Amino acid sequence: MKGLYLHVNPIACAGHGLCAELFPEAVRMDDWGYPVVDPAPISGRIEGHARRAVAACPTLALALRTTPGRRAGLLRRDQSIANRDRK
Amino acid sequence: MNFAVAASDADLVLRGGAIGSPRLTAGPGRGITESLASHLERLGDPLGAIGKTSPTEFIQMVRASGLRGRGGGGFPVGEKLAAVASRTGFGNRALVVANAAESEPASAKDRFLISARPHLVLDGIEIAARAVGARQAYICISQRSDRAVRALRQALVERVEARSLLVPVEVVLAAPTFVGGDETALLGWIAGGAPSPTLVPPLPAEKGLRGRPTLVQNAETLAHLALIARFGPEWFRRVGTEEEPGTMLVTVSGSVARAGVYEAPIGVGLADVLEAAGWSAETDFILVGGYFGSWVTRQDADGRALSRASLASSGASPGAGVILALPNSACGIRETAEAVDWLAGASSGQCGPCVHGLAAVAACVAQLASPATAHRADLERLVRWCSEIEGRGACRHPDGVVKLVRSSLHVFASEVEVHRRGRCSGSYEGWLPLPLTGRASR
Repeated sequence: MKGLYLHVNPIACAGHGLCAELFPEAVRMDDWGYPVVDPAPISGRIEGHARRAVAACPTLALALRTTPGRRAGLLRRDQSIANRDRK
Repeated sequence: MNFAVAASDADLVLRGGAIGSPRLTAGPGRGITESLASHLERLGDPLGAIGKTSPTEFIQMVRASGLRGRGGGGFPVGEKLAAVASRTGFGNRALVVANAAESEPASAKDRFLISARPHLVLDGIEIAARAVGARQAYICISQRSDRAVRALRQALVERVEARSLLVPVEVVLAAPTFVGGDETALLGWIAGGAPSPTLVPPLPAEKGLRGRPTLVQNAETLAHLALIARFGPEWFRRVGTEEEPGTMLVTVSGSVARAGVYEAPIGVGLADVLEAAGWSAETDFILVGGYFGSWVTRQDADGRALSRASLASSGASPGAGVILALPNSACGIRETAEAVDWLAGASSGQCGPCVHGLAAVAACVAQLASPATAHRADLERLVRWCSEIEGRGACRHPDGVVKLVRSSLHVFASEVEVHRRGRCSGSYEGWLPLPLTGRASR
């Protein structure tokens, strides 16, 4: 899939939370205050918001890349398991 | 038969056997460290066999053999060799690292292999170094077996005295931590730093130790490589399955009469391996693949083969070849809860979702494990946490723990219900070993 994907470097991330504040369209916080990013590609319409969040991260842990993150694969797997269970 | 005591580590290293004809374990009997002289007399010089083949041709041979890594990941070895070989060059020479850290608590196969056949592993290191163009190698070995460390050092002395060591091999004692066995953590430790994983990419093959292309292979994988060099890919494929050829070492423990390390052709029945080790009839659950593995029921074990392909249909994997049979007197939830708590504490502490997430998951599983508190455990939240944590660490530690938790909730579902009604049908007996892990010291 073409497009831009949001990546978090979990070692660098210290949970400041600016990304979820600035880019709630694709970032939410988990129960411990660390970002969970949407594995889907960022639509062009909100790319500016994504870039603003990337630039604002105090630990430079957020990045936009052209490849999907690891959680994209997990999500596909979960969906296929769910579909199988439904049958 | 009495299974009241879990097998000690020394027992695991010394005992076991072979199912079918042995390859790595052929030759002198158990408990004997094979000398260089005996090794060469029995098998000949590996370079005598491949001396005329170029490194590229040898990598083709390995590709044709279908050998996959035996450390748990199962990555094709030929591909890895090619990836490292393509990046080595002047001023950026590749390095070889043999991983015998074996931080998986229920595994003893690498320590066994090195204490019995150190020269097979050293052959493998030399051949791999030749294939990727490396002039320096390291072997990172677990500190849990003095016997293995002594055998390795003695074997290196033998080679130096015989002037047959082709590449300097530095012995590094592995960090006594679980995560220290991860390949990037291993490289950090060898370089003198903390045994903490780093974010990949870059992969070690791209940018490993001291920024150089680095081949990291499990010790057993290297031993297989030593035999492929001598006998060729067709020979290697004579046992095992089409997709996963060869034999593998498995550590069998728990409610079995003869706990130890076994060599078995990949694709043999899981029940056959347990049979060889003399598993108790009073065993309904088996942990397959170690602490990042899955629980499998006895019925499931009957129909499954020891291979990635076959076990995948039970959501399991052979991992680094760990099979642990749980006696029915033990409570699977309690046994798992202790291991999960230990694993949560074993996080390298770098990533928030792993540090906080696993601690929360472990606390919830512990709540479920006790009949007094199980009714209060929020199962829905536990399941949500599991999917939320997965894939959010730099390494696979959180993913592996989540896999174990999910599998125990699934396989022990009826016991979870019993706990929630305030009872427990077993007890905690400590079948999953939880070794003391100190702070990393060299």
